[in-house]
Amino acid sequence: MPSSALWAVDLFGRVCTLSTAAQHWELCRDAQLEFKRVSAAAQCCWGIACDHQVYVRVSSSDVPIRRREEAYENQRWNPVGGFCETLLPSDRWPWSDVSGLQHRPLDGVALPSPHWEWESDWYVDENFGGEPTEKGGWTYAIDFPATYTRDKKWNSCVRRRRWIRYRRYKSRDTWAQVREPVSTARPLQRPLRGGWEITDEPVGRLSVWAVSLQGKVWYREDVSHPNPEGSSWSLVDTPGEVVQISCGPHDLLWATLWEGQALVREGINRNHPKGISWSIVEPPTSENGIMHVSAGVGVLWAVTKDRKVWFRRGVNSHNPCGTSWIEMVGEMTMVNVGLNDQVWGIGWADRALYFRQGVTQSELSGRTWKAIVAGRECDRSHSGSSSSLLSAGCFFGDEVRGSGESCGPSDSEAERPGPEPEPAPEVTSPASTPAELPWTNIDLKEPKRGPSHTATGFAEASDLSSLGLLPLGLEEPEGADGHPLWAWVSGGGCAVEAHSTLKWFTVQSGLSPSVQTLSLSITPAQTAAWRKQIFQQLTERTKRELENFRHYEQAVEQSVWVKTGALQWWCDWKPHKWVDVRVALEQFTGHDGARDSILFVYYVVHEEKKYIHVFLNEVTALVPVLSEAKHSFALYTPERTRQRWPVRLAAATEQDMSDWLALLNLSCCESRRVHGRPSPQAIWSVTCKGDIFVSEPSPDLEAPERPLPCDQMFWRQMGGHLRVVEANSRGVVWGIGYDHTAWVYTGGYGGGCFQGLASSTSNIYTQSDVKCVYIYENQRWNPVTGYTSRGLPTDRYMWSDATGLQECTKASTKPPSLQWAWVSDWFVDFSVPGGADQEGWQYASDFPASYHGYKTMKDFVRRRCWARKCKLVTSGPWLEVAPIALGDVSIIPESPGAPGSGPSIALWAVSDKGDVLCRLGVSELNPAGSSWLHVGTDQPFASVSIGACYQVWAVARDGSAFYRGSVSPSKPAGDCWYHIPSPPKQRLKQVSVGHTAVYALDENGNMWYRQGVTPSYPQGSGWEHVSNNVRRVSVGPLDQVWVIADKVQGSHGLSRGTVCHRTGVQPLEPKGLGWDYGIGGGWDHLSVRANATRAPRTSSQERETPGPVCC
Amino acid sequence: MTDDKDVLRDVWFGRIPTCFTLYQDEITEREAEPYYLLLPRVSYLTLVTDKVKKHFQKVMRQEDISEIWFEYEGTPLKWHYPIGLLFDLLASISALPWNITVHFKSFPEKDLLHCPSKDVIEAHFMSCVKEADALKHKSRVISDMQRKDHKQLWMGLQNDRFDQFWTINRKLIEYPPEENGFRYIPFRIYQTTTERPFIQKLFRPVAADGQLHTLGDLLREVCPSAVAPEDGEKKSQVMIHGIEPLLETPLQWLSEHLSYPDNFLHISIVPQPTD
Repeated sequence: MPSSALWAVDLFGRVCTLSTAAQHWELCRDAQLEFKRVSAAAQCCWGIACDHQVYVRVSSSDVPIRRREEAYENQRWNPVGGFCETLLPSDRWPWSDVSGLQHRPLDGVALPSPHWEWESDWYVDENFGGEPTEKGGWTYAIDFPATYTRDKKWNSCVRRRRWIRYRRYKSRDTWAQVREPVSTARPLQRPLRGGWEITDEPVGRLSVWAVSLQGKVWYREDVSHPNPEGSSWSLVDTPGEVVQISCGPHDLLWATLWEGQALVREGINRNHPKGISWSIVEPPTSENGIMHVSAGVGVLWAVTKDRKVWFRRGVNSHNPCGTSWIEMVGEMTMVNVGLNDQVWGIGWADRALYFRQGVTQSELSGRTWKAIVAGRECDRSHSGSSSSLLSAGCFFGDEVRGSGESCGPSDSEAERPGPEPEPAPEVTSPASTPAELPWTNIDLKEPKRGPSHTATGFAEASDLSSLGLLPLGLEEPEGADGHPLWAWVSGGGCAVEAHSTLKWFTVQSGLSPSVQTLSLSITPAQTAAWRKQIFQQLTERTKRELENFRHYEQAVEQSVWVKTGALQWWCDWKPHKWVDVRVALEQFTGHDGARDSILFVYYVVHEEKKYIHVFLNEVTALVPVLSEAKHSFALYTPERTRQRWPVRLAAATEQDMSDWLALLNLSCCESRRVHGRPSPQAIWSVTCKGDIFVSEPSPDLEAPERPLPCDQMFWRQMGGHLRVVEANSRGVVWGIGYDHTAWVYTGGYGGGCFQGLASSTSNIYTQSDVKCVYIYENQRWNPVTGYTSRGLPTDRYMWSDATGLQECTKASTKPPSLQWAWVSDWFVDFSVPGGADQEGWQYASDFPASYHGYKTMKDFVRRRCWARKCKLVTSGPWLEVAPIALGDVSIIPESPGAPGSGPSIALWAVSDKGDVLCRLGVSELNPAGSSWLHVGTDQPFASVSIGACYQVWAVARDGSAFYRGSVSPSKPAGDCWYHIPSPPKQRLKQVSVGHTAVYALDENGNMWYRQGVTPSYPQGSGWEHVSNNVRRVSVGPLDQVWVIADKVQGSHGLSRGTVCHRTGVQPLEPKGLGWDYGIGGGWDHLSVRANATRAPRTSSQERETPGPVCC
Repeated sequence: MTDDKDVLRDVWFGRIPTCFTLYQDEITEREAEPYYLLLPRVSYLTLVTDKVKKHFQKVMRQEDISEIWFEYEGTPLKWHYPIGLLFDLLASISALPWNITVHFKSFPEKDLLHCPSKDVIEAHFMSCVKEADALKHKSRVISDMQRKDHKQLWMGLQNDRFDQFWTINRKLIEYPPEENGFRYIPFRIYQTTTERPFIQKLFRPVAADGQLHTLGDLLREVCPSAVAPEDGEKKSQVMIHGIEPLLETPLQWLSEHLSYPDNFLHISIVPQPTD
């Protein structure tokens, strides 16, 4: 789980963050500003400072926020001067936007605010729709506006070219003032992350709402991740004077009125981020109006003027008003709801921060409040006590002038001696130990504190924010028990999983046993002297007590152990079905300790008892096949692999299946003497279910003559769930999950269903993954009623899968297997290929056809895609590399024979948004590396691969290929991209570079070899077709070529996603000759880039010329 | 070797080379040859000495044979202590092989329990496992197990099958992730110098302040005499499975990795040998 942060403001206006992975508050270093309100989202935090200005703080990241400005230069041909800037009077501007309607001279394009800077000067874009243009980047047409082409023809009368310039947001990790402030102060706001989870467009849209001092509601237009400041404030009419406003991560927006009612915004959706209308919700009791509300995804919490906390029942997207109020325990000044409906509150009496325990999807109201006792980072040099005191006055001054004035900014205040508001983190006074809050013991009057604000004062200031309640003239900057006093909390950027354990509730002790160190530096426990001592002494003991006595007889000798059970077996003959079988695993240990294990499957056919048996030392893979209903697994042997028909067995329960799988795996590994961490040369692969398999390459796997047939490779499963895995022969392994999270291998083994003996004790961590399940809603047009869900009898199901063959309704569709659980409701997916209209519909003339996102006269059918997220939680030897989500990753293969070249290992990646990144500081000891270096591109990328000689190739999302020049250890990011034309009429999707060989795949499954690659001309000269039917290619450091083939026919069945090895690859025959087929049936990804084990040389090979050398 | 799992293997496969000789006063028909055997440290004497019994019975007359018992340097060996513990406690400083004297007469009723069959060993073993789980998990784990799982633990030990035993036993060394260890550590401390058979007390793996307790903490608490004073000379050895773990070793780790199959940490305290 990625860590996220809770934001809070203390009584002095200092903003602090508390990471879900941390134990301490961290101060936002910004000496000048004190804040009244903050409102956090995942990437940024909006705040209102005591100067009544609005600020936004964008978290720093290795990937810059950059936006492209573009302008078009238009020219017309005339007989005298050729192409020139002199256009016809009816023509567009010589410098214009893409439509030609707007005048856009290059020097007229200005930065939108001081928080942006230019990345470089203007330059001409020489890429036209994935194809490189002639020098100058001109595209030609008959006239404006028309279709432009790369080639100049006889009738090309006009031409244009695109100029590009990037600007970069520079005010990161600092409070950047948002221009055009709401002139009147005291807006309270909270961003809404409207819709961005649902669709990528617009990327990371954020809704920011604010309330001005006059009680008006404002909406900030165009706030998104690429445009963190937004563009302008627009006024939203309200039926009354609004005091406070809160919006949830999705589409809930609530506000409180001066009179104590709540306002609910209705009609907020993707197309109407501002919503349509207001509804009024009456407070729980008429005498105590609502003072504060906070909305979540599907919850609403409120605080009334008598400080009672209320939970609104039945709030959701369809019914934003909910049904009724439930009173909760506790007295709070405010509550705030986080990303998945977790709740924080600030206690009224003690100003401590509380976290609601036990909030789950089924129990949204949670169980109890638990105090967060995390200390603050001990960094006294930054405390700046005088300015804090000054701001405190300002802080209180807000409308509470009567008393606030008295402690307004004054020099004498600042000179007050020795206030040290920074609490030391180790404060361990007894009261700060975690405890359920004893609500019954709280004296509601609390008269001894806050002399200037009595209960009557409170009643008068009923419209005031909770801040007004604060007892003034506090002597102590901290609570009596030493905890910080809080004024405001925002969990809008904080994702706490329902069952995760947080370290917020205990005062730091000397030892935290489950510290996850991202750098993977070896934990102290592993290097501790006591541990070394035990290992060393055990070895010595064994030597002492056994070495001279090996000839002695063993007291216990040879034994047979049989495990039996009842399973189901997918029978080999037609009609194929599950039949009940008895199974027995017989393990025999001989005198010499050698093992033999046989699995028997006993079945009955025509009342005759029969059996099949499998020698476990012949098993090549055990693959879990979890479906909606069955807990089954497939067992492969070389013969079964060739047949494409594994032995499939199913167990009654998940536990039963894991027990069998773990036992069989253990027996297989024992018989092959495979255990512990995979070697650095291991071949890694991933199945379509996300399961990870590793194979130890034997030395003759890449032998030029008679290599080991790849159906004999033994695949062992590793815990975890990934979509992509890439390895390097120095033991660095990275993976990418379905949710694009990047993971780094920790060196452990096991996890997942492999517990106990099959799993390492350390280096196993919780891993989660999220993916979407898609179904389609189909409709047909008829003249009377328009589009309806009544189709023709011949039509597909009105709710179906993508093919239309399977009926999939919202109610009947289940998560892919029992390991997965739904984590969202169904939502419309707008980012479908072909585009969709405002409601997500795609139109076509008939099913099945190509769909487009707009309706024409000929479109009689339409469909839209619904998606629902599901999540899996497992464990494995993987640690997250936060925070950037990745789409592809490539690690440099080590040149065979070359000793570990230098301390740093080159690793390139493409982010999920298409940014190309280069990881710095990757080494054996720190496989996660230290930071990303952003490599600028003119368009989003899809795939990247780095060869053994630092040749970096990449493929853009538009299908064009690029070569990165001058990449070297000293210049890890290289200097510039060279556009390489794609194979004719093909859009590339993946590239893989080995030692010298470059292979690419296109979207139609063709595999291409790059010809003419030489050290002096690394870009090569052309693409040569090698094979079709390829889904994924991996080229290794020996230039060995392995692919995942789409379909491979076996004697008994057909397997999709098959591991294949290119045979006959020689220095003079780099494309190879044929294929050798290995394990298959649902393999999705493979990396052979760690295997630099060359077969022992025979004399015949030594005469051959060495391969081309690139560096 | 860096994986903790290897410790489990080393512990399980620990062997003590032993030389069995028949007691001189036993009446034999022929001369009884000594018998050499590798004894598993984690097992029980009467469980693994069928061969010894057979070997000596061959040279004896039926009427001279009653229940077999073993003795080392005058001390009768308690079969219900694991072999490794007996060795560490009584013979760790002697030269290998370990010389055990075999008796068939004059059973020392006051020192030893009778062991008429393997069922008695099984009952003793299972009661230890249950007691250990009562300490670790309030018996929750062991009572959740099925009868066949209990049987598998025992059969694993009897057949010397590491994986057969550990596929079940791993459940007994798990603990809830929100806690830092077991409720109490099942341990027994044995000393040759006292009359008391062993020390067993309730001791938690984690201190009130969250610090993990170490072996040293345990000894200082329940057996201070075993710990040498700061400046003083080391007078005794603290042995588990023939090794001397450092006193700063966390007790929870020891309990998970160096417990005997009965799930107890059997700690021997023996006088420091003088050179």
